[in-house]
Amino acid sequence: MTSVAAARRRLALSRFWADFRTHRAGVIGMVVLLAAVVLALVAPVFIDESVTSVVKGTGERWAAPSLGEPFGTDESGRSILLMVWWGSRTSLFIGFLAALLSIVIGTVVGITAGHFRGWLSALLMRVTDWFLVLPSLVTALVLAAILGGTTFTIVMAIGVTTWPSTARLIRAQTLSVEARPYIERSKALGAGHWHITTRHVLPNVAPLLLASTTLEVASAIVAESTLAFLGASSNRTSWGSMLRGSYDWGAATQGAWWYILIPGLAILVVVMAFTLVGRALEAVLNPRLRRAA
Amino acid sequence: MTETQAAAEAVSTARPSLLEARDLHVEFASRGRRARAVDGVNLAIGEGEIVALVGESGCGKTTLARTLLGLERPTSGEVRYDGAALDYGSRALKAYRRQVQLVLQDPTGSLNPRHTVYEAVAEGPRIHGLPDEREVVTEALSRAGLRPPDRFFLRYPHELSGGQRQRVVIAGALALNPKVLVADEPVASLDASVRGEILALLLRLREELGLSALVVTHDLGLAWNIADRVAVMYLGRIVESGPVEQVLTAPRHPYTQALMSVLPESPERVVLTGEPPDPTRIPGGCRFHARCQVLASGKAAEAGVDGKCRSELLDVLPAVPGAQAACHYAEVAG
Amino acid sequence: MSLLELDDLSVTYRIASGEVPAVRGVSLTLDSGAALGVAGESGSGKSTLAMALLRLLPRDARVGGRILLDGEDVITMKWGRMRAVRWAEASIVFQGAQHGLNPVRRIGDQIAEPLLVHGLAKPDAARRRVAELLDQVGLPAWRARSYPHELSGGQRQRVMIAMALGCKPRLIIADEPTTALDVMVQAQVLTLIKELVAEQGISLIMISHDLSVLSDVCDRLAVMYAGRLVEHGPSAEVFHDARHPYSRALAAAFPTVGDPVSRLAPKGLGGDPPDPMRLPGGCSFHPRCPVALDECATLDVELWPAGEHHSAACVHVKEREGAQ
Repeated sequence: MTSVAAARRRLALSRFWADFRTHRAGVIGMVVLLAAVVLALVAPVFIDESVTSVVKGTGERWAAPSLGEPFGTDESGRSILLMVWWGSRTSLFIGFLAALLSIVIGTVVGITAGHFRGWLSALLMRVTDWFLVLPSLVTALVLAAILGGTTFTIVMAIGVTTWPSTARLIRAQTLSVEARPYIERSKALGAGHWHITTRHVLPNVAPLLLASTTLEVASAIVAESTLAFLGASSNRTSWGSMLRGSYDWGAATQGAWWYILIPGLAILVVVMAFTLVGRALEAVLNPRLRRAA
Repeated sequence: MTETQAAAEAVSTARPSLLEARDLHVEFASRGRRARAVDGVNLAIGEGEIVALVGESGCGKTTLARTLLGLERPTSGEVRYDGAALDYGSRALKAYRRQVQLVLQDPTGSLNPRHTVYEAVAEGPRIHGLPDEREVVTEALSRAGLRPPDRFFLRYPHELSGGQRQRVVIAGALALNPKVLVADEPVASLDASVRGEILALLLRLREELGLSALVVTHDLGLAWNIADRVAVMYLGRIVESGPVEQVLTAPRHPYTQALMSVLPESPERVVLTGEPPDPTRIPGGCRFHARCQVLASGKAAEAGVDGKCRSELLDVLPAVPGAQAACHYAEVAG
Repeated sequence: MSLLELDDLSVTYRIASGEVPAVRGVSLTLDSGAALGVAGESGSGKSTLAMALLRLLPRDARVGGRILLDGEDVITMKWGRMRAVRWAEASIVFQGAQHGLNPVRRIGDQIAEPLLVHGLAKPDAARRRVAELLDQVGLPAWRARSYPHELSGGQRQRVMIAMALGCKPRLIIADEPTTALDVMVQAQVLTLIKELVAEQGISLIMISHDLSVLSDVCDRLAVMYAGRLVEHGPSAEVFHDARHPYSRALAAAFPTVGDPVSRLAPKGLGGDPPDPMRLPGGCSFHPRCPVALDECATLDVELWPAGEHHSAACVHVKEREGAQ
């Protein structure tokens, strides 16, 4: 019986993949994304932190892209290519972690507010609204400034300011799931809050969560870059802090376009990839969600 | 009294009441006004008895059913099960769920599309931590007429026909081995040919397991098909109740008469006029007087009760098995 | 003369996994001013049939045979002519159509819209016509200024009927017009439909799974199973003395209150409607049939005469008529 269930699950997965494959942009995004993640993961095998060290810059200062140094060097003679590669670790790490934090808070608040009616729901939604109208960038900046610049605080700053939109989305979906008769049936069978939210609501909002997580990672990467550019960085090289460096050292006046362009392009490509995958996931999972309902 | 009537009464009175509503009131806030959805109801369901609760939408029949299930709390009055008032503490309520189960109108919506038949039927046993889950599910499915049961275990609701889905819902209820089923329009969304099969299943479950049932419906034919007793509800109150043979062959309340008259086979049609019933504005006097065809035709005036109809409140009908109607005219006209 | 004539109509849906025959060779005629009830379960093809009449089917449907409306073939008709036909000659009232009203526009404007769009009336005349139509469906004229949410379900269904009547069609197709309504309201709407058919000489095709409702309103009944007509005859005969076992099962599904035979004895039909992609051979009904013979699994059934203006596609009918 379990093998049949497993076979069914495999079938569902292969059907999902067949659907996803028809979205060409999503597939391209997925390939780019996997490449970026794999590169970030294997980076320590080839290089280490020292590529970002000012004192260990190996090349000439402000060297234009050449065969030896395909993306040129910066003001200290560090290789832009190696810095972008190493920096991707920080950018992606913060992006994923902040998105995860934001999604977890958003899901818990959203499902709680949708499941429990009455004062608790009202209170949670007022808190959500309050966070929603806060200018999140400024808040994150202030938070990062107060808490000090570590990876952890940057993740916190981004996560804590971006969850309200997820919470609203999840709450709306929870309300629509809770209106279905099978919830009433489940209550009549004796189900408590935990059972209903974990067995019925969560699986039904999961596809939506997957799609929205993907989009959330993209915006978290942008947020990290922005924060780093504005000076609230985790003191580790990321794409944002590279942009900041290029600005601080007057890369534009030096004519060192590669110093600005390469980290910028890296952000653009990865964010685009996440967005494409997220949109494709939405397109594949959402109609199924609607059809199944 | 005819023989069948006498027999029906003897059967009804012999059954001790299992689930009971006592002077039940349920009110809601509706657009700033108070809606008296259930406005004083006494109703008892005996062991092994099938009672049909009949009325139009908005008459409060679904609210009454939900209140009997403990899904809604009464504003006043009480729900009694097996001689004791229902305890709304979460543990007591959970225990109560094993006794009284629900079957909803729309089997498609009643099943989570992401759960297999096995998971849907096992949901109740899992919630209550019952042992031998697999055996329980197998037995419940085969009792509900899905045989062989293991062939259905891994099917998803969308792979089943409407009738099969409703059987899965019924199996899910049976898995808890309840004493009472509350079925809200159990066949209204099913195809005509499947309808009889599901109703026959309810009758068979009563025979095999001694299951009692409250069937909420707008369909008098359904009541005739399976119920022992019928209660007709209008604007939050039961206006007529009694053994099916008696109430449906010789209805005494004008509202029941009107409902009967719009059945396709009926020779003469009484189509009620006036405002559709609104539980936020229950008229004084007899709650039906504004739409009553007996009052409108002047027959009530002839009998000298028209004044009473317009101004005098009627008593709430008691929960007795015999035939009774809450109508001033019926009292004098017999 | 006949207003509508279906000649060997078939509708097949093409989907990813193959072809789904929804209607398989249906021939019917409908006289001017007559009312025909089409009965069947979900999946029997009855709604597809209704949609085919006005070419409202989705793109993936292939239609065969002929649909003659007033002598003109609907299937080959030009698009512009089709649009004119949809308003002026035949209109359709859908099931649950109460939800088909625009919530932010007044009832009167919505009823008047087709009249104005098709240039059938000036605004002034249209307003008078709206009042007239509301009166015909039993609503007061001031209701024209109401919004849909101010009406009850039955009143909204009346508005939908008024809209269908707007351009004085000769044929109304009603697909489960009373399904979502209460018994009382259902009775009112059915009475209204009956009156319209009788007084205005409008022809009616009414579709439902409830034989008792159909036999109440219509002169003739056609029963469909798995895309085919299995019985066709005068209402009273089909309802009370059905010759096809499937029609009998449908008729028995809605018992007559007071009939001792059906008391505590609900009657249903075992099994489930067949999958249209895997229809059983021979008579499609034979796996569920309580009176099936061995030959039913292979015999090609067709509508055999079963009395005056009455025919049924059952081997028992064939044998009985053959013996006479």
